[in-house]
Amino acid sequence: MKDDMEQYVEALRAAATAGDEYAAVKVAQDAHDAGVSLERLLLDVVAVAQARIGEEWAANRITVAQEHMATAVNEGVLAVLANTIDTTDHGPAPLKWRICVACVEGEWHTFPTRLLAEVLRLRGWTVDYLGAHVPTRHLIVHLHRTAPDMVALSSSIATRLPAAHAAISACQAAGTPVLAGGAAFGPDGRYARLLGADAWTPDARAAADLLDAGPLPRRHAPGPSTERQPHLASHEYALFTDRKPDLVRGALEELSRCVPETGPRPAEAPVLTAEDVAFTVDFLGTAVYVNDPELFVSYTRWLAWTLTQRDATPHALTAVLDALGARLTGLPHALNTLARGREATAGSQQAGESPEGEIPPRENGQR
Amino acid sequence: MLGEDSPYPLVVTGVSGAVEQANEAARSLFHDGPAWLAEAQRGLSARLTTGREVLACAPVRGPIGERVFEAHPVWADGGHVTWLLIDVTGQQQAMETLQAERDSALSMVQAATELLSTLNLDRCLETTARLAVRHLAESALVVMPLESRQYELAFCTSEGEAGRESVHLDPLTIPGLNEALQGFPPVPVRWIDPALVPGQVLRGRRRGIRSAAVISLPGHGMPVGALVLLRHTAGFSPREEMFARLFAARAGTAISIARLYSDQVAITELLMAGLLPPVIPQLDGVEVAARYRAAGGSSRVGGDFYDVYPAVGSGRHSLVVLGDVSGKGLEAAVLTGKIRDTLRALLPLADDHQQVLERLNDVLLAGESLRYVTLVLAGVERRGTRVALRLTSAGHPPPMIVRDDGRVDVTTAHGTAIGLLDEVTSATETVLLQPGEKCLLYSDGVIEARGGPLGDEWFGDERLREELRRSVGVPTNALAEHVQMLALQWAGDREHDDIAIVAIGAPGEAPPAATGGPGP
Repeated sequence: MKDDMEQYVEALRAAATAGDEYAAVKVAQDAHDAGVSLERLLLDVVAVAQARIGEEWAANRITVAQEHMATAVNEGVLAVLANTIDTTDHGPAPLKWRICVACVEGEWHTFPTRLLAEVLRLRGWTVDYLGAHVPTRHLIVHLHRTAPDMVALSSSIATRLPAAHAAISACQAAGTPVLAGGAAFGPDGRYARLLGADAWTPDARAAADLLDAGPLPRRHAPGPSTERQPHLASHEYALFTDRKPDLVRGALEELSRCVPETGPRPAEAPVLTAEDVAFTVDFLGTAVYVNDPELFVSYTRWLAWTLTQRDATPHALTAVLDALGARLTGLPHALNTLARGREATAGSQQAGESPEGEIPPRENGQR
Repeated sequence: MLGEDSPYPLVVTGVSGAVEQANEAARSLFHDGPAWLAEAQRGLSARLTTGREVLACAPVRGPIGERVFEAHPVWADGGHVTWLLIDVTGQQQAMETLQAERDSALSMVQAATELLSTLNLDRCLETTARLAVRHLAESALVVMPLESRQYELAFCTSEGEAGRESVHLDPLTIPGLNEALQGFPPVPVRWIDPALVPGQVLRGRRRGIRSAAVISLPGHGMPVGALVLLRHTAGFSPREEMFARLFAARAGTAISIARLYSDQVAITELLMAGLLPPVIPQLDGVEVAARYRAAGGSSRVGGDFYDVYPAVGSGRHSLVVLGDVSGKGLEAAVLTGKIRDTLRALLPLADDHQQVLERLNDVLLAGESLRYVTLVLAGVERRGTRVALRLTSAGHPPPMIVRDDGRVDVTTAHGTAIGLLDEVTSATETVLLQPGEKCLLYSDGVIEARGGPLGDEWFGDERLREELRRSVGVPTNALAEHVQMLALQWAGDREHDDIAIVAIGAPGEAPPAATGGPGP
């Protein structure tokens, strides 16, 4: 059975990467005809194939456009499978529990949420699937309108953690427990705990297993979140956010000064784009928000690695970090975090290996 | 003994704990020493020296008869301890009362938090029943009038099981219910014989129930319903009475708020239903995908709109419309509704874009609104594996064509906005999409998104073109999503205008052969 699964996964990955939706759907249908259950198809074939496509992108083996296309094909397969779900064939939860599945504001990776939504439907939940980038206000209006037993919130990109915090606390204030998931919350879910989520699960299967026992209990003690995060009480994150445009602008100016030193380079292919710099600043801010310099350290390691992949020395990155440091006076947490990141890049300059962690933290524009 | 005539009771306890001496005041209190004092003496014994010493130990507390005393160990001599007794009955009572009041206040705050955390009427009714069982009764029932003798009942059993149902009910069958449902003037709690509560309401939960109370739930000057409590004991304690009154007021307010909100939502949804972006119909041999994001965090409608009409005019074409009414929010959305209706009526003329625009212009100029609209009309016709487009723009950002080789053409279709001038000029451009190529219609919310890395740059049409160049081969639906994402990411946490996107694509060539699954 395991080898069969591997075959299906590879066939699906190949079809999706080739942009061949017909072939991809056929792989899924063949597997289903061969007796693979819908749930295993979703979790052990479609999800695994999608994860591999992500890895291919991360390793620079396929382009962003190919990755988009492959994801679109896989979503098509998901949609076809979803249509075959017979909701009268109840799982453990005979439609009496209702859950709202959504991506937090600014989060566009819908694949994991879509997968969770379908698996929960298979297990008998009534699912409201709200999709990508759900503004917290929309989400809360939805909660008041439909009164689900639970909310499942997904965030893949760590820079969305402040937005996730807003969404988690708002849902709880509206009396609805929150299950958090997605790579942003850390491999062990540490940020989900930090931000006060009622539960965290590493993947869709674990989430569905947890929820087989029914909704999590409602809590009615909306306390100020600063109890959990004393550093937020100092408003450093707010001050940092105010300075963000200046930080990016300053770092870009510094970058334009130092680029000629790294050798001639065509103007249209800068070592670090404005988006890279803005994203670095976002990561720094998020690390301050969750009070965990390691978040920024692993990001800078990864960025330094991608620079070597682009045949550039991490000199530009060091210059950017120094430029940021010069503009962070009065923000001790941010300065400390930045220093840790700078140490890490200095250490990784020789090592040509990919940093640990399978999924790069960077926005890849994937849906 | 020493201090025989002291007004405070003094006793000396021996090593065993027995009272060995007592002064007159102490003797008037008891014959044998209280057990708790003996216990305290034994507890002290281990720490005592054989000599005489002054003690600095915490006092102990316990009952003597109907009063409460605090015993302070004063000094010890050879293991014998002298205790000074102080009557603290009043203090004890005050502390107990204070604690009970604190608990009660905390319960009330928690109950209010729970009640007010939701604006959902069903949940609010259930929560009220649940809280009533937690604090006041063995089981509880919330009765809320709907219309014409229809009532919503929310119940909670002693096991904590809660639920709701809609029933026909004659309020006169439960004594006091009718008065309680009137709400005003407020009526006191009415205790009734539980035998009088109809089985329809009790639903087999009569066992052990000895009393029933009917309590009015007043809202904001409006009656919202009544609470029926079923209890094992009759009557409330004074504290329960107070709690019940406060709870009823808070629950009534919460239900009234939730009811108002639910009514508002129902009305808004009804009125907005016609203004929401439509579901895209399937077109034969043409892929169409659309995205819509209204400005602001809470509205689902705005001044942008799109529609897709299959087989219009002479029947060969389909028509795709994307437009943008000046202004934002609900007011603009209402005008989009009118414009969409007008365009629907003009569909028989859809072969002639100029004529459609002229008629629409007449309608808008004749109306009272000073608003205007910009729009793009796209006549869509399948030609084999290709798709022919006739594009006409009325003051709208020009559609972009994503070619298979990575070029992005900006159409020259242009014209005047509708609803401003008496005369409408327009030019129509014909575009042929090869398999896999796409045409993107978008509102200015996309290119006028303000933000980016520096926080204050326009997204701009140049950036949109550049992004489209990189999107060759991306499927039609994914393209629409991608463009929406780019614009919203560009805006970041800043406000953005309404965003509407329609992507029209010629389906890619069918793959030469299936890539091949593992096969059975």
